[in-house]
Amino acid sequence: MDQRKVTVAVTGLNNIDSPGPGIPVIRGIRESKVFNVRIIGLAYEHLEPGIYMRDLVDKTYMIPYPSEGKDALFKRLLEIHAKEKLDVIIPNFDAELFSFIKLEKKLDGVGIKTYLPSIEQFEERNKSNLSAYGEKYGVHVPAGTEVYSTSDLNNILRSMNYPVMIKGKYYDAYAANSFEQAVNYFIRLSAKWGFPVIVQEFIRGTEVNVVALGDGKGNLIAAVPMRKQYITEKGKAWGGITIEDPSLLELAGKIIFQTKWRGGIELELIRSTDHRLYLIEINPRIPAWVYLAVGAGQNIPEALLMLTLGMEVNPFTRYDVGKMFVRYSYDMIVDLELFSRLTTTGEL
Amino acid sequence: MIIKGNIALSENGFVFNPATGDSYTINNTGKEVLILIREGKNIDQIIDSMLGKYDVDKTTLERYLADFINDLSVNNLLEE
Repeated sequence: MDQRKVTVAVTGLNNIDSPGPGIPVIRGIRESKVFNVRIIGLAYEHLEPGIYMRDLVDKTYMIPYPSEGKDALFKRLLEIHAKEKLDVIIPNFDAELFSFIKLEKKLDGVGIKTYLPSIEQFEERNKSNLSAYGEKYGVHVPAGTEVYSTSDLNNILRSMNYPVMIKGKYYDAYAANSFEQAVNYFIRLSAKWGFPVIVQEFIRGTEVNVVALGDGKGNLIAAVPMRKQYITEKGKAWGGITIEDPSLLELAGKIIFQTKWRGGIELELIRSTDHRLYLIEINPRIPAWVYLAVGAGQNIPEALLMLTLGMEVNPFTRYDVGKMFVRYSYDMIVDLELFSRLTTTGEL
Repeated sequence: MIIKGNIALSENGFVFNPATGDSYTINNTGKEVLILIREGKNIDQIIDSMLGKYDVDKTTLERYLADFINDLSVNNLLEE
């Protein structure tokens, strides 16, 4: 079969100890038999490892931080598009998604396709809206609230039992065992990610995640559940295994159907010690462990690319249970010349 | 007493519960008991089958077996 040539820009090249999803997404797309891809990396930091993975990323361009606003981002994307003729952009960071969603029509107008949820879908699943989300869609969620000050925090914690989870607006979460610890985490997280900080009931149990893909019409195109086997201090899975749990797939199907979710999504759940399933977070994009799904038989990045290009995708019906991933770190040797070219010209 | 249908038991005594992702290693005796349970044997039949093979009195074997079955149950490997 002739492979379709496409140029795909991907963010999230920070393949570090708390990795972005870019590199696993690229690996999935590279393994596609449908596409012959040219991969353009879009990076925020000069030391994002994916920039230097030349067998995976053909060329990388620096782009402005989300804090600089969507207009600066669009301007830079137009410059890159003029050189590379981008067909598709796959954004992989929560913090940048708002800008990309807002730019969807403008990008489409210049011939760049994306496949993203609507702003309403994106906002509705926000950590701070989780309680309302649980109520609306009939899903168990931990009790939680958003706080903007230490006095807010003090008031909330009077009615909660320790430990409690203190979560950043976009990333990072800590279990606090005392008010002092909670304040410490509150200050740290608000300084890093801004307000609100989310305070959530701590649920004891086993952490399970589901990566899924929705077609925007309510259909579940792909879904693979994973149990974390090894968790780093930052709460990231360093090892995981695919599991057979129909209730997880049922929940993923229900959420995709009810919300008509468009694009990749990760559901973070806890199976409590009394076997109840709690939804603790919804990430509005493909997670960094997505390559496990590829290895288990569901090439979700490829399916996402096909949907983005308007191609028909048949929903996956199976995956291998008991397939594991074990993450590793690897030191690349990089010539200073490459680094200096990137820092001075903004591309490599 | 029924082992959950989807529990995988390998030749070398590796037990995998695909519903939870939990895995365990058991010794040859444990593996033998698990196979007997899977064959549908009840506790008395398992005791009869093992008494002749091992140098153990019936009371001790009953106690060991009760402990092991409790472990299987606690680890969610038996049908409720």
